[in-house]
Amino acid sequence: MKKKLLALVLAATMALGLAACGSDKEASKGEATDGGKVFNIYCWNNEFRTRLTDHYDAYEAVSETEGKIGDVIVKWHETPNADNQYQNALDAALLAQKDAAADDKVDLFLVEADYAVKYVDTDYTLDVKTVGITKDDIKDQYKYTQDAVTDSKGVLKGLSWQGCPCVMIYKADIAESVLGTSDPAAVQEYVKDWDTFNATAETMKAAGYKMVSGYDDTFRIFSNNATSPWVKDGKLNIDASIKDWIDQTKLFTQNEYNNKTTLWGDGWSTGFTAEGDVFCYFGPAWFVDYTARQKDADGNATNDGLFKATEGPQSFFWGGTWMCAANGTDNAKEIKDMMLAMTTDAEVMKGIVEKDADFANNKKAMEEMAASGYTSDFLGGQNPLPMYIAGAEKISLENITAYDQGCNEKIQSCMKDYFDGNCTYEEALANFKNEVKTMYPELTVE
Amino acid sequence: MDSYIIKEENTLGIRARRIIAHVVLIFMTLLCLFWFYVLFINATRTNSEIMLGFSFLPGDMLVKNFKNLLADDSIPIVSGLINSLIVSGGTAILATYFSTMTAFAIHAYNFKFKNAIFTFILMVMMIPTQVTSLGFIKMLRDLDWTNQLWPLIIPSIASPTVFFYLKQYMQSCLPHSLLEAARIDGSGEFRTFNTIVMPLMKPAIAVQAIFTFVSSWNNYFTPALILTDLEKKTLPILLAMLRSKDWSTLDRGQVYMMISLSILPVIVVYMFLSKHIVQGLTVGSVKE
Amino acid sequence: MNTPKNKKCVSYNKWGYIFLIPFVVTYLIFQLYPLFSTIYNSFFENYMAQGGLIQVGPNFVGLDNYKELFSNANIGKYLGNTLIMWIMGFIPQILVSLLLASWFSNMRLRIKASGFFKAVIYLPNLIMASAFSMLFFALFSDNGPINKLLMSWGMLNEPFRFFSNIWATRILVAFMNFLMWFGNTTILLMAGIMGIDTSLMEAAEVDGAKPSQVFFRITLPLLKPILVYVMITSLLGGLQMYDVPQILTNGTGSPVNSTKTLIMFLNDHLYSKNYGMGGALSVILFVITGILSLFVYRSMVKKED
Repeated sequence: MKKKLLALVLAATMALGLAACGSDKEASKGEATDGGKVFNIYCWNNEFRTRLTDHYDAYEAVSETEGKIGDVIVKWHETPNADNQYQNALDAALLAQKDAAADDKVDLFLVEADYAVKYVDTDYTLDVKTVGITKDDIKDQYKYTQDAVTDSKGVLKGLSWQGCPCVMIYKADIAESVLGTSDPAAVQEYVKDWDTFNATAETMKAAGYKMVSGYDDTFRIFSNNATSPWVKDGKLNIDASIKDWIDQTKLFTQNEYNNKTTLWGDGWSTGFTAEGDVFCYFGPAWFVDYTARQKDADGNATNDGLFKATEGPQSFFWGGTWMCAANGTDNAKEIKDMMLAMTTDAEVMKGIVEKDADFANNKKAMEEMAASGYTSDFLGGQNPLPMYIAGAEKISLENITAYDQGCNEKIQSCMKDYFDGNCTYEEALANFKNEVKTMYPELTVE
Repeated sequence: MDSYIIKEENTLGIRARRIIAHVVLIFMTLLCLFWFYVLFINATRTNSEIMLGFSFLPGDMLVKNFKNLLADDSIPIVSGLINSLIVSGGTAILATYFSTMTAFAIHAYNFKFKNAIFTFILMVMMIPTQVTSLGFIKMLRDLDWTNQLWPLIIPSIASPTVFFYLKQYMQSCLPHSLLEAARIDGSGEFRTFNTIVMPLMKPAIAVQAIFTFVSSWNNYFTPALILTDLEKKTLPILLAMLRSKDWSTLDRGQVYMMISLSILPVIVVYMFLSKHIVQGLTVGSVKE
Repeated sequence: MNTPKNKKCVSYNKWGYIFLIPFVVTYLIFQLYPLFSTIYNSFFENYMAQGGLIQVGPNFVGLDNYKELFSNANIGKYLGNTLIMWIMGFIPQILVSLLLASWFSNMRLRIKASGFFKAVIYLPNLIMASAFSMLFFALFSDNGPINKLLMSWGMLNEPFRFFSNIWATRILVAFMNFLMWFGNTTILLMAGIMGIDTSLMEAAEVDGAKPSQVFFRITLPLLKPILVYVMITSLLGGLQMYDVPQILTNGTGSPVNSTKTLIMFLNDHLYSKNYGMGGALSVILFVITGILSLFVYRSMVKKED
């Protein structure tokens, strides 16, 4: 039954897409043809591969590095993200794209929001219209997921199946003992804006707890809510919101409201356990269900029900993966089918939420699921979807640049020295500017 | 009377000094070995055991950690080991064979630029490879020779330090009369080199083969810039990748296992050959 | 050495050239050409903008890259870091090595199992520096075994954050360098001491000189040439310091760039394909190491004579 429906939807969207394709082709610049025998996908981990295997019926997994769609062989080119390796590999492949043999050309590659602009703002990435996707196909997606991959001329160049609005998860037993309640709505009152949040941090400290784990936990909230971009007219620009994060974190460190950890670093995740002394963490659906949820050696969850979720001081997003079609691809049809199925098909997307506890990029499907009584085991039976939905609507992405990843990384690592008391704010700032200049020689940093 | 006292002091002194010397040596031994002891202990424990704290006794997770490491496809340890072996083995062979040849050329023959070339090699011997690595890497990138192992092997044909060591050794063990004798027997120069010089140089070549193998095995700077494909990476690069992973979610047992695997081959070889290596160390660099 | 036979082997001497071919060709392609290419590139603006996709240059800019390097205080700081961490490792290294070498070579001390001790102290020199640093990072991390051990002994109440403390991180780097090199130096110095005429020392001891007097008045002055050799080669090695701080700090040279070395800085430029700035930095390093190499060369030529 489900399969039949899916096929129907696919057929319908395909017909629409083809019609649009014919009319728009001249307008766009890139080149996409059909009939390629090898479909090359560049990615940094196995997430997309498992999503396709689980939810895209046309895809047939052969091995960890190969699959099939009909007669077309799908080749996975996986390079880890760490140390910029993925982008270096992708850059090398794209720079060689023109002269590459048809079977070696990049067809589809994945990007993250922090550096999406780097690719989207070049001719290496195709307008989604070129592969045959229409405005109407994607009308149910959250706007921010399209803003992230829209180039400076307003052309949409990628799509995502995932929405990453964030919530604040807090440890219920700490809330109960310090605030006298663990009810999400009541707890929200204690964290509804930054002033209240900071005051609650003092309460937590007085009770022997830490408000957050470390330095970077609130960084994304502030950087997402910045009102100006990292780079303006070739000049490095530090938004007031970033400064707010620095001030808040310095205050939190001095007053011992945190454990002085760094994101993903040693000791940062100890708060997830039953003995943890950290009140709250921030993150989207993937964070809640993969990072915060701890599993023992046999794969059983060990901290289900310890945490509850609420909206927190400000809405923001974190992470997410976008699919971009590469200019020069010879698998336009496969790309189109895949993009439509994964990012617009309501049934596929509901399946993603159910199977992977992710949040999918489809307003209608998510609202239906929110109303249908979906619950999260990790959150002790709470339904987080209404919060995600509310958050996703509020996210704005006006200020993204091609330099976000480097700037975000470097400001966090340079300011750590300031928080640790190893240097003054001015020194940390000077170091940050230097690091940015080394990374991006074309920028003015003064 | 006086001399008696001095003698007494000296014997007492020497006994005390002997004890102090042994205590210090034992301390230095512990200082050198402690880290590896902790490493191998932790390689046998689970992540949660390691997180709980320190232990002097091994756990029983050796095999499990090993299996987990092999199963982790983000760190391809097997291909890393193979690549490292290819590069280090190739380097050791080429460096010793061709350095012996170069040393032989300078030692056995007289020609116009002999002294100039010898002086030149001595002068460039100490210049680190890092200062020319930009040109080297740019050349490889421009010619699309990255992600291949041979650019890490072939350049070792010109290894000034290996050459210098072998040249020193040759001076003491290869008399010119031997070459004369070979010539009288009708042996060609190339044959003489392969059948007489190489076997004679065996002890020195063995020592240098080990040193070049080890330094190539441990080399990180240049390989990290040339090898970007996961399947082409050598062990030091994989270790660096491990370092840049998310530390808080890493399986520590696997980390210690990976470190153990990358240093174990060298330690095992060293156990058998340490005497020759320690002796061989001084022949070339400090020769009276 | 090569006098009377010269005339007779003239016809063979072309083989000298033939046997030199592999070395010379390899050297020209993989060392000399890259060296000139490095120097050449240092006069150009040549990098990838926006983090990797847009090629800028090559445009000839004269000495601009050098000017920018020197106008930026960082290169001095990185040189300082390199030297500080080198000295912090080298001083204990040379002291301990001198002590051990004099013990090992003193027959009257009759050191037991000296072969074993020599083998053990040389071992760290063979260990992969990246593995050794990864190990130290794991052992000294905030919740790592060393902190756990110190806390269980009651020496600490809460974990000491080694890698968030400038001097703790530098000391760890220096300590690792010390561990990796003192065995090597001991063996070199031992060979040097063995070369000294022992009758001198014995005569002095018979004359009633204290062991410390023998060491400072006789052994040390005679060892001076080899000490100089050890120091300069060690300094050359120190300037190339890379693997240990790179892996230990994950390439950041944290905290506050206090463990960032010159080669780590070079690596930043090479990794991001900034050939102009990387070239200028390489040339500066080449000049410094070239001068130091001349000293090594001189000390070696002296020994030859």
